[in-house]
Amino acid sequence: MKHIRNFSIIAHIDHGKSTLADRLIQYTNLVDDRQFRDQILDTMDIERERGITIKSQTIDLPYTDNDGREFELNLIDTPGHVDFSYEVSRALASCEGVLLLVDASQGVEAQTLANLYAAMEHDLVIIPVINKIDLPVADVERVKLEIDHELGLDPDSAILCSAKEGTGIEDIFGAIIDRIPPPAGDPEKPLSALIFDAHYDPFRGTIVSCRVFDGTVRPGDMIRLMSNGMTYKVEEAGIFHLTREPGKELTAGMVGYIIAGIKTVSDTRIGDTITLDSDPAPTPLPGFKEVKPVVFSSIYPIASDDYQSLLEALEKYKLNDASLIYQKDSSAALGQGFRCGFLGLLHLEIVQERLEREFDQSIIMTAPSVQYRFILANGDVVTVDNPLYYPDPAKIKSSEEPFIKANILVPERYVGVVMKLCMERRGINSHLNYPTPGRVEVTFNMPLAEIIFDFYDKLKSITQGYGSFDYEITDYRESDLARLDILVNGEKVDALSILVHKERARDRAVTICERLKEEIPRQQFKIAIQGAIGGKIIARSTVSAFRKDVTAKCYGGDITRKRKLLEKQKKGKRRMRMVGNVEIPQSAFMAALKTDNE
Amino acid sequence: MGKINLPGIYVHVPFCKTKCPYCDFYSITDGSLVVSWLDGVQQEASLYSDEWPEPFDTLYIGGGTPSLLGERGLERLMGILQDGFSFALDAEVTIEANPEDVTPSLLACFKALGINRLSVGVQSLQEKELRFLQRRHTAAGAQKALELIQSTGFHNFGVDLMYGFRGQTMKSWSDTLDGALVWEPAHLSCYQFTLSGETPFGRMVSDGTLHRITEGQERRFFTHTSHFLRDRGFIHYEISNFAKEEGYFARHNMKYWQRAPYLGLGPAAHSFRDNVRWWNLRSVRDYCRLLREGRRPVEGQEELSSEDVRLEKLMLGFRTGDGVDIDDIVGQAAGIEALTRLASSGIVRIEGKRVLPTLDGYLIADRLPMIFFL
Repeated sequence: MKHIRNFSIIAHIDHGKSTLADRLIQYTNLVDDRQFRDQILDTMDIERERGITIKSQTIDLPYTDNDGREFELNLIDTPGHVDFSYEVSRALASCEGVLLLVDASQGVEAQTLANLYAAMEHDLVIIPVINKIDLPVADVERVKLEIDHELGLDPDSAILCSAKEGTGIEDIFGAIIDRIPPPAGDPEKPLSALIFDAHYDPFRGTIVSCRVFDGTVRPGDMIRLMSNGMTYKVEEAGIFHLTREPGKELTAGMVGYIIAGIKTVSDTRIGDTITLDSDPAPTPLPGFKEVKPVVFSSIYPIASDDYQSLLEALEKYKLNDASLIYQKDSSAALGQGFRCGFLGLLHLEIVQERLEREFDQSIIMTAPSVQYRFILANGDVVTVDNPLYYPDPAKIKSSEEPFIKANILVPERYVGVVMKLCMERRGINSHLNYPTPGRVEVTFNMPLAEIIFDFYDKLKSITQGYGSFDYEITDYRESDLARLDILVNGEKVDALSILVHKERARDRAVTICERLKEEIPRQQFKIAIQGAIGGKIIARSTVSAFRKDVTAKCYGGDITRKRKLLEKQKKGKRRMRMVGNVEIPQSAFMAALKTDNE
Repeated sequence: MGKINLPGIYVHVPFCKTKCPYCDFYSITDGSLVVSWLDGVQQEASLYSDEWPEPFDTLYIGGGTPSLLGERGLERLMGILQDGFSFALDAEVTIEANPEDVTPSLLACFKALGINRLSVGVQSLQEKELRFLQRRHTAAGAQKALELIQSTGFHNFGVDLMYGFRGQTMKSWSDTLDGALVWEPAHLSCYQFTLSGETPFGRMVSDGTLHRITEGQERRFFTHTSHFLRDRGFIHYEISNFAKEEGYFARHNMKYWQRAPYLGLGPAAHSFRDNVRWWNLRSVRDYCRLLREGRRPVEGQEELSSEDVRLEKLMLGFRTGDGVDIDDIVGQAAGIEALTRLASSGIVRIEGKRVLPTLDGYLIADRLPMIFFL
């Protein structure tokens, strides 16, 4: 066991986590150069394209040091986004140490801090690594200062590297071996293994990634999941190289996988403890919780006959993503669909993109909503995440919405614009902290609803990319809410309704009406767009009818040219939905909710 | 409107004295290539004559400026076509002519060669407008040509006019229409002024030196034209075409809209048969070279899928008064529902098994097919 090290790499987005992982893997000659490709651990197209990690991946790196000692270094690659912070925390719980990666030109960012706190919570050894030292704008001294002041870590313990150029890699291996302790644990004790991720394999069912703390598990054992008591027979247990390598057993200290005829990923819970049915551990490992969605949106097929196909796609998708929840929903405007819950906005976008790309679905998503609470006159409390189920306003005694603590790190010169943005988004209790000269940590209490749309994009643009952002949900607070309805040619489009704070209602209504005016193509009649609360119209816009749309000639016998033009339009039509007698493009449903007219 | 199944021939004569700044049909101003071109057409006709044995009931000699071929050129062209193909006894044989080329002897030559229909490129009868359009004839010259045609006993002739450009007024346009009607044409083609990208006018639009009229003005011109000519007894049988009676509908052009087969000869000509469309190279030299090598001068071809066919039927059908077969609509995703909506808002009429565009329907004919695809 003393030859095992379990570690993870944590970093702010774009600080070079995947590149460093690539370099470590290459160094161990696990893959030859021919097989190698960048971002080797990110297997999904969407991960590779966006340069992000969505699912955790684990790889066991065989390493021999200069004294000829052989080590097994388990790299647990974690997602890098706040939407997946629970997954990250479980992956960290499986490690003894982390490489905390900081970009030599960007310095410490909000997620660096959040990640550091998470690592400290698990008492992990933290090895600061300053990456991208090859960049001309690299400022190692400043970053060291930030590591000292903002992170409270010893700046001299930081390793300098350029994952891109491959420099400093050996030092990193040295530090992993010397500074990170080997795992503790007793192979003879009752089994307790932590599930930190699960993948779906169409041939084998669920592949559970786990860290064994005590005990030993072997093929043939009956295991029990401690959160729900379900039992399964282990078919295979092993470790990850680039592919799965079955072994005889997984024992205390090891990180590996178990295949046990678990049909879907949803049958497992990340953070759950696996034990042996015959000799169970007395208590589960700490830290288990059910992940709850915080952002909700409805998904409808663009063509209503595609409902069944969308249902099947969601079922398949869910096999590999237990954090997505969905249930049937129906809208007068869009017909049958699904109300879905997501971990955050990035998660929502990922689901949308994967449904469209991997499952070939054409879908409409409605405006994301948070979960509101309404306290009714009769004392009942109802939770509503779907504007369709907004209670009768006459019966509402008070309403509440979820609040977050937003944590923003920016260079000092942007404090003004950031404060202004946060105030516009109903931020309160602002707090400024100056961790290092020139940099400010801005904290705000804000309604979650205000950040689920384009807050992060907006923050990035007003700070020219220098602002970084992290948040946690804190509590529910009383709030004056109303439902804003949108009417198109007098007909309410329920899928465009949103729950809003009353103070913001008029602005939102005006913006939405203007947006829709841009998005809805002109049709052969005039289209009136109205925003209303209750029966009262508070905003309006009009899409004028097209007066004429016909070309004089059919170009002699050149029918092809004309047909191609129509085919182009026809493609656009596939993304339209008929509401009453008006064609509304798919894009309108999302665009309507962006707050700016940029 | 009877069903037209016999094929038609189109011959593209790609020569002009000068290029009109609005026109995007293929033509060149180098007349020295006329003989090579005729050799090319002869060669091309021989390549297709076996595959197209059935009698053609239309021949359309267009361009370009076919009247530039002169009597000898036309004689040779007609000889080539009559040697290579067979024609129905009552075939419609049309030639496009520019007013400045019309002379008594040319008209006599047309008659002698069996050309029985004339399409005269008048465009406007206002001097200012003709100069703007950079035409080579004057208003008086055009009047004279029309008078000559009428007095020669050419009953089946049509006048091509253009409307909807800056500087034209409803009054000047009505005057042009009136001026043309004096000569009792059997047919009028009234083309909305179109600015396409690759023309001098198109480039001026991009530069901002030429402006389009507004959509509202376009609409007024279009409806005015339709009312004006229908009041005077014409049938508005296609977006841009009017005829005194059904017998004067441009039989050849109808083949395009009704998806009847046609063979196109000459550079840039298009052909269609059995759901295959193909088109020739847009270069006289390349066209001639390939034919000298015994190869077909085809630049591209496509085979229509059943989806393409459905789209074409709607796209072309709604351009004509004959409309679309109701079965071709009901089969579409948004079929019946959209049809009901359009009928109740007066954009189409349903007559028996046909769905016919009204004037409001003509106005959005490019949009109509789309409404059924959802």
